[in-house]
Amino acid sequence: MTKHVEVQKVSHRYGEREALKDLNIAFDEDEITALIGPNGSGKSTLLRIIGGLETPTEGRILVRGKPEHPNTLRRITTLVFQKTATFNTSVYENLAYGLKVRGFGRSEIKEKVHNALNMVGLEGFEKRSARRLSVGEQQRISLARALVIEPEILLLDEPSANLDPRSVSVVETVISRANHKLGTTVIMASHNMSQAKQLASKVAALQDGVLVAFGSTSEVFGKPSDFLEDFGRLQNIFSGHAHLTDGGLALVDIGDDVKLEAVDAKEGTVNVFIRPEDIIVSKMPIVSSARNILKGKIIEASDWNEIVQLKVDAGKEFITTVTKNSFEEMKLNLGSEIYLTFKAQSVHLVA
Amino acid sequence: MTLEVLLEGFIQALRLIVTGDPAVLEVTLRSIYVSVLSTVLATTWSLPIALVMGLKSFPGKGILKSIFQGLLGIPTVALGLFFYLLLSRSGPLGVFHLLYTVNGMAIGQSALVTPIIVSFTTNAIEATDVELRDLARTLGAPETRVALTVARESISGITLSIVAAFNRAFAELGVVMMIGGNIYHITRVLTTAIALETAMGEIAFSIALAIILLLIVLSITFLVNALRRSR
Repeated sequence: MTKHVEVQKVSHRYGEREALKDLNIAFDEDEITALIGPNGSGKSTLLRIIGGLETPTEGRILVRGKPEHPNTLRRITTLVFQKTATFNTSVYENLAYGLKVRGFGRSEIKEKVHNALNMVGLEGFEKRSARRLSVGEQQRISLARALVIEPEILLLDEPSANLDPRSVSVVETVISRANHKLGTTVIMASHNMSQAKQLASKVAALQDGVLVAFGSTSEVFGKPSDFLEDFGRLQNIFSGHAHLTDGGLALVDIGDDVKLEAVDAKEGTVNVFIRPEDIIVSKMPIVSSARNILKGKIIEASDWNEIVQLKVDAGKEFITTVTKNSFEEMKLNLGSEIYLTFKAQSVHLVA
Repeated sequence: MTLEVLLEGFIQALRLIVTGDPAVLEVTLRSIYVSVLSTVLATTWSLPIALVMGLKSFPGKGILKSIFQGLLGIPTVALGLFFYLLLSRSGPLGVFHLLYTVNGMAIGQSALVTPIIVSFTTNAIEATDVELRDLARTLGAPETRVALTVARESISGITLSIVAAFNRAFAELGVVMMIGGNIYHITRVLTTAIALETAMGEIAFSIALAIILLLIVLSITFLVNALRRSR
């Protein structure tokens, strides 16, 4: 596969702080690569450098083997920021901005904007004020605004952080479609390892500005590592032992008397991923088709705009998210006893 | 006594407005002309200066900002005197014959209001989210377009700075008195007329002119605010 973007010996400093240290990495054409790592690991800095928004203190960026100036990088890439940024104007004008910069005609802009809005499920939103939309809708607008200009390389900085589950699903579908249909090379920073596993074909793990792992998702996530162990505590990632049950499901013992059912027919030592947004929170056990029900206690609650992230002790620590409205209506608080319910299909195994 | 004078001033102001007194109309229109011209002149050079100061980092930027902020409080008479010397026949710009003309007054006032537009606009631009600049850049905008985009996003603050500049020009006395000389039918404006009428003991008439001045300043401010709200 052709190397599309190469990061060569890139180091970057912010004053005394070294954000990236002699980084070498190559991203393949038409692939989705996930950059994972904790806060401050250098993911966003790397995206900004590839996107031409920062000039690296040392090193260079090559596109198809040719070193490129930040001005050129800005023309062929587009970065979708983690913090949703929208111009204080209509949705239409927001999407039309990049097209106007590129000199498209009015009718062409109209058609492209219409198609891009359809793609993110916001058709008919043209005249709405972009800043009056919900956080989830604004992030979908950001994605549409980036895709409407059909960049060679799409850079995404935590594209689904702090979003409601519906918007997360739309954003993930659109990223996947852009990659498959338009052949866009996607480089995506993510905290969410389950998302990285689901969307990306390659994963680059950064820690303290250093590349600690790079390879296919199964290569990176399949092997136990100190990095995964450290980072996994934040993301419902557990190591366990799986065996097949009579019903054809895998039963995974992740320790501390916690056993999870999964549809992946895998046996032996596995890594287990559960997306926080796949877990339903209830105050009473609910009767449903879901195979996993765990009782736990809320030990931490962090407010992220419309979403509240909960850390729940259910033998093992689980992370889940609820909307702020649900959090308030259910009168949840630290110490509240709750039930976590999720389907066997939501338990992803990597052997 | 004072209340009676004030009341008489109000009545006289109403009468002058309703009847469209030609003398009052003349000085009012001249005031508006000089203030608009000075604000337009100052805006043409202040906005680019403010955009550079708001968007770029360069050595001495902090000092430059402090100088403009310091000049916000410059005594108008001192500035008027400076321009008087500059524009007088023997001065370096005497050849242009701008002393005792409305254009000379507008030039003097434009210098007075420049620090207002530069300082307030710079603050408005700096207050715009850095993310918006990066957003424009990542969508492929060249630096000039990024600057224009940021200006559009800060339009509320920029409008306020221009309105503040106009109000300052419209209500100041020192510069127009020193450069214009308060010549009847030529350079007399509302503020110089108020000063003259007060000196002549025509307190009620002075109050009437002051009320007209205040009404115009308030009307413009209300109008601009209404326009900003309707956006």
